[in-house]
Amino acid sequence: MNATYAWLVSLVPEIAGWPAWAVVALSATLPALACFTFMSLGPIVYVYAERKISAFMQDRLGPMRVGPYGVLQTIADTVKLLFKEAIYPKGVDRKLFVIAPLLVNVGAFLPFVVIPWGARLQPADLNVGIFYVSAISAISTVGLIMAGWASNNKYALFGAMRSAAQIVSYEIPSLLIILVPVMLVGSLSLQDLTLAQAGGLPHWFLFRYFPLMPVAFVSFFTAALAETNRAPFDIPEAESELVAGFHTEYSGFFFSLFFLAEYSEMFVVSAVASVLFLGGYLAPHPLLQSLAFLGLPAVGLGWFWLWWKAWALMFVMMWLRWTLPRTRVDQLMYVAWKVLLPISLALVLVVGGLVLIPATRDGFFWDAWVGWPLTLVVVGFLFVVMLRALQWNRARDRQMALSAPQVSR
Amino acid sequence: MREWLRNVWEGFFTVLVGMRITWRHLFTKSVTLQYPSERWTLPPRTRMRLFMKYEDCIGCGQCVRACPVNCISLKTEKRPADKPPIWAATGQPIKLDVTVFDIDMSLCCYCNLCTYPCPTFCIYMTPDYEFASRDLKEHLYRFAKKDAVFLTEDPKKKAAPAAPAAPAAPGSPAGAPGA
Repeated sequence: MNATYAWLVSLVPEIAGWPAWAVVALSATLPALACFTFMSLGPIVYVYAERKISAFMQDRLGPMRVGPYGVLQTIADTVKLLFKEAIYPKGVDRKLFVIAPLLVNVGAFLPFVVIPWGARLQPADLNVGIFYVSAISAISTVGLIMAGWASNNKYALFGAMRSAAQIVSYEIPSLLIILVPVMLVGSLSLQDLTLAQAGGLPHWFLFRYFPLMPVAFVSFFTAALAETNRAPFDIPEAESELVAGFHTEYSGFFFSLFFLAEYSEMFVVSAVASVLFLGGYLAPHPLLQSLAFLGLPAVGLGWFWLWWKAWALMFVMMWLRWTLPRTRVDQLMYVAWKVLLPISLALVLVVGGLVLIPATRDGFFWDAWVGWPLTLVVVGFLFVVMLRALQWNRARDRQMALSAPQVSR
Repeated sequence: MREWLRNVWEGFFTVLVGMRITWRHLFTKSVTLQYPSERWTLPPRTRMRLFMKYEDCIGCGQCVRACPVNCISLKTEKRPADKPPIWAATGQPIKLDVTVFDIDMSLCCYCNLCTYPCPTFCIYMTPDYEFASRDLKEHLYRFAKKDAVFLTEDPKKKAAPAAPAAPAAPGSPAGAPGA
């Protein structure tokens, strides 16, 4: 039937004898439940992380009151949002107003179906996988426009039109760049895309065709960031100009649905980017792929690696959000049409040509020496900056101890 | 084309520069003071809530006239001759009974002008700033007490018995020398 079914049969062989309807129900319900739980509980963690990271980047503390270090803050917020009244302003189109946040969530939720967490840990290995992801996440744009239209509010409509313009523009470069790994593999299935990068970190698509694929990755990441409507590309909900854009009129539960969708989309986009460029569920070194290297039973660690890769990319998204100011609409269009589009077109042509040449079928000859040194340089640089920040901290502490008024607790 | 490449590179590179700055701040220490659980100890001369030590007040009313917003109200009565003589801690004899000494802190502008003319240093500002209240009337502080214990001996007499009793009697507020 599918991967889940095969996995279940490997666990409990009796299942193979069950009637077809039970098999379908079981192998569809279990992953759906798992995905749904993951999707609805995940944002609680992401929002907490985002608030803490943003606070630390601005030399603040972030939530500190609810629970130790404020860990329960987002749970409290969720409860608050769920119990708040859902207000329907006068003049809204009730049906569309209610359907819109649900549709946005459908777009954010359904891509979870094809994300591979391991060789068999995947709800459905569609042969159109990556195409399915981009098609289904485009549905949430319809939801956004619907929300803007149904709100009967000019700011909401502005936000919706902006998000339409933005997502239509950025779909093009992001889809073109998706073509690059797809051309390398010759398959749209996320499982095949992942397995084509087997063999450790230097084999990831990020380090193939050395100067080309990193450019592709950065362009894809930029386009994906814009598609999730996050800063610096959050003009559809630009607070300073549009109140809150398309979700101006939403409150309570429906507002929290938009919130949920935004963070789930972040996760989906990060997971897809890691599958396309960072080897998906594959470990940086083949040895680390399962617990076997510790002498333990060979439990696969694929979910662990994909989880951390997606998390790292989400961290970069938050990092960017608290680094860059919001772009203007014309700058946004400039980046999409005049920067990303030419780059992605050139990449498709160049990599497409290189794939056809037998000598460069799997990358340039120097690719094997690029992966680890480049990773080490980046990590080392971040580490050095971190050390210097800590050093500066201590220097400031010494200075403050001499001059500042005391703090009583 | 070269212009375009430079633009793109500059855009990319400046983003990295910004990211380095935020990365650095990720590890710098927070400057937040979690107010109710930790707070600054203010310097001793901070100008916050006014305080008046009733036992030392001679009722001269100089603070009343110094106040630019008229937040101090003072009423005095001549101290009857049959009552025992009393002194302020600085040695001035108290010739007037202060019956009302109210400071309306909701009017106070914290200028500190009232404390300078006080001959007995009985009115001063304290570093206490947490006196917000739900009712404006709670900001009216009444300092006149019925049960105040005054000095019944001239504190200067012990140190210098020959010294004449303090400056001229303060008299009514109107008659006091200008500050």
